[in-house]
Amino acid sequence: MPFAISMSGICKRFGSVQANDAIDLNIASGDIHGIVGENGAGKSTLVSILYGFYKADSGQIEISGTPYTHNSPADSIAAGIGMVHQHFMLVPNFTVLENIILGHESDRDLTRSIEHARHMLMNLAHQYGLVVDLDAEVGDLPVSLQQRVEILKALYRNAKILILDEPTGVLTPQETEQLFDILRSLKEQGVTILLITHKLREIMAVTDCVSVMRGGRMIAHLNTAETTPEELAELMVGRPVQVQKQWHQTQKGEAIVKVENIHLSNADNQNLLSDISFTVHAGEIVGVAGVAGNGQSELLNILAGITAPSAGAITYHGHRIAAENPANAQTIKALGVAHVPEDRHASGIVLPFSAAENAALGYEDDVSHGYKNMFISPQQLNARCADLMQEFDVRPQHPELTSSLFSGGNQQKLVLAREMSASPSVLLVGQPTRGVDIGAIEFIHQQLINMRDSGCAIILVSVELDEIMSLSDRIMVMNNGQIMGMVNKSDASVKAIGLLMAGVQ
Amino acid sequence: MAELWLQFVLTIDATLRVATPLILCAMAGIFSERSGIIDISLEGKMLLSAFTAATVAALYGSPWLGLFCAVIVSMIFSLIHGFACITHRGNQVISGLAINILASGLTVTVGIAIFAQGGQTPFLMSEQRFSAISLPFAEAAKNIPIIGTIYAEVISGHNLLVWVALLSVFLTGYVLFRTSFGLRLRAVGEKPEAVDTAGISVTLMRYQAVLIAGLLCGIAGAYLSIAHGASFGRDMTAGKGYIALAAMIFGHWRPIPSLMACLMFGFLDAIAARLQGVEIPFFGPMPTDLILVLPYVLTVILLAGFIGRAVPPKAIGQPYVKER
Repeated sequence: MPFAISMSGICKRFGSVQANDAIDLNIASGDIHGIVGENGAGKSTLVSILYGFYKADSGQIEISGTPYTHNSPADSIAAGIGMVHQHFMLVPNFTVLENIILGHESDRDLTRSIEHARHMLMNLAHQYGLVVDLDAEVGDLPVSLQQRVEILKALYRNAKILILDEPTGVLTPQETEQLFDILRSLKEQGVTILLITHKLREIMAVTDCVSVMRGGRMIAHLNTAETTPEELAELMVGRPVQVQKQWHQTQKGEAIVKVENIHLSNADNQNLLSDISFTVHAGEIVGVAGVAGNGQSELLNILAGITAPSAGAITYHGHRIAAENPANAQTIKALGVAHVPEDRHASGIVLPFSAAENAALGYEDDVSHGYKNMFISPQQLNARCADLMQEFDVRPQHPELTSSLFSGGNQQKLVLAREMSASPSVLLVGQPTRGVDIGAIEFIHQQLINMRDSGCAIILVSVELDEIMSLSDRIMVMNNGQIMGMVNKSDASVKAIGLLMAGVQ
Repeated sequence: MAELWLQFVLTIDATLRVATPLILCAMAGIFSERSGIIDISLEGKMLLSAFTAATVAALYGSPWLGLFCAVIVSMIFSLIHGFACITHRGNQVISGLAINILASGLTVTVGIAIFAQGGQTPFLMSEQRFSAISLPFAEAAKNIPIIGTIYAEVISGHNLLVWVALLSVFLTGYVLFRTSFGLRLRAVGEKPEAVDTAGISVTLMRYQAVLIAGLLCGIAGAYLSIAHGASFGRDMTAGKGYIALAAMIFGHWRPIPSLMACLMFGFLDAIAARLQGVEIPFFGPMPTDLILVLPYVLTVILLAGFIGRAVPPKAIGQPYVKER
């Protein structure tokens, strides 16, 4: 039996970056095949070539033994390839049915196309256990159901090969399990599945084979049963990785952050946050877990003084800031609160600025950065940045280099260096390791633990449950703008937290 | 009482005449903006096609040839707008503005070069225009009270393009919401990535949309100069393209509500014309300027806040760039 997908010698270059370098990949028909690699390893480029988004500079592709020469998504769909993108390709104000038939209507007349599709989808839903309300507006569905719509969309187009790009990023652990059940049942029906992820636990749980990419090259092909997460991590990074986390028990201090009954509603009077109350002690990390979009970002922005809450109060060190009299970010910073924003490109750094300028941003009137009588000394700015780069292992160590030229991990380390060097008593951290390579993740986690040990109160928001579980002393789980529970580290299990994330108490 | 009724019926009749170019332009705007392309060049395209229609009709004597050429010119400028905004991902407002400025100058310049009448085109004979179509028994029906007057004044006696405008509303609704093409067109204005990954060309969809907009704009322009009017005059569109845009937003990018908004603007215009010279107690004659400014003031007021939250197509104004 020929391979479902056979790629050989695939090369793709973007400007000076060799995104894919002589990639060979064979995927057996009916397998669940995983591809792992760090950000920028070239996974996305590879599947984009497979899906016809890009044309490879060189190399051959065969689909089920037939040479594949075309280069548009339409051709790939015709060849039986379906793709579930990381960011869903759905029109939010269309119904499920309209989204599924979009671009693949059976008739010029929309009503007839929809009715034709309805019949087919009933069969598909029955066959694979993919039940969705076909007339619901997609924007009203939870993300896990939106993902089902994406899978149905591919099956409706007769996909025999299904590519899933980071499908579990937006799911709770239970929803992830459900997705894997769906994938297994698709496999039984003969569908070949290509799973792109950076979560090794998931690779181990569901795949038959796994390929590892690093720096645009294919490093290894392994049978999942014959490998371990440690081996995969080492292959991904290219050196041994400390998988055991650095957390250890410490004594926590007095309560320095008090949040009382915070409410936030938007212009349409919908509640984004309701009745949020908690305290954080010195020398403690409180992790905020939840599926993305359940109010964590809004909470972080309120804590940092970027958004004013509709009601409630926050107390830092006895300074009470009530909603009636909100403080701005600057005032809050002056109380010893530092903030590492969730999206470093949108609000963490200014990409066209030099590293030194970014290292001072927000603290530019601090004398340690060379501020004197309204003037900033460039030499001192650079010298200060060089020190920070040394301390936080930011590479390359060129303070004058434009920030956009640093890798994601190094940009993040620069932001952390800036915020941590202000010696805050409270540190707000959002998604500290998003888009960061494993080596840098280790380092960033160690820095957070060190901050905690030195008596800092840390509030950590992350969608990576592993990260939350390994670093937090207490875990606060949010769903739909509410706190579902506060769990001590000793009582925390993935299952319990997953249920809370799904809103089950 | 009968006199007052007749006055009212005549105002409604005038409303329809004034609203016709607004309706055509609003439908043009719906096609373009639903696909994600802002089109403030409705104004300029209407002006260009009004000029083309009047010129061709004057030179060759055929209103049909005038209409045809008007539509072609309008579609060419739609292509220019598309080339700037779709192919080259330019700023859609700037491109539209450029077309409007160009139209305003170009029509007058070419007009002077051809006819040497200060930018005017010659007055058209009735056979060079689209003339009113009297429906059967209209004259006889005039004597029947109420229904007869409505039939004779409001329904009968319009030129062909008025009917085309009304038909365009239903066609727009049908195409957008009842055909697969419409589904794709709406999707491309909401989430172009979804259309692209479904294997449909975003570029092609958007070009088709702006071309349809050009077609409708061309008819609107021809209506102004060779159906409603009988010649082209410098800047004769006088902001109607913008008012149509306002009506479209007021109608939430939907055909029927937009039609209603156009009729409302038309009604104000018609009333304004009727109110001229009317004596107001303790005040004297109604000042003409004040009346003429009414529709424009209303546009500002409506757009400023009385329309509630108009939610435009999500991808409007954003050039589509394929991302990794």
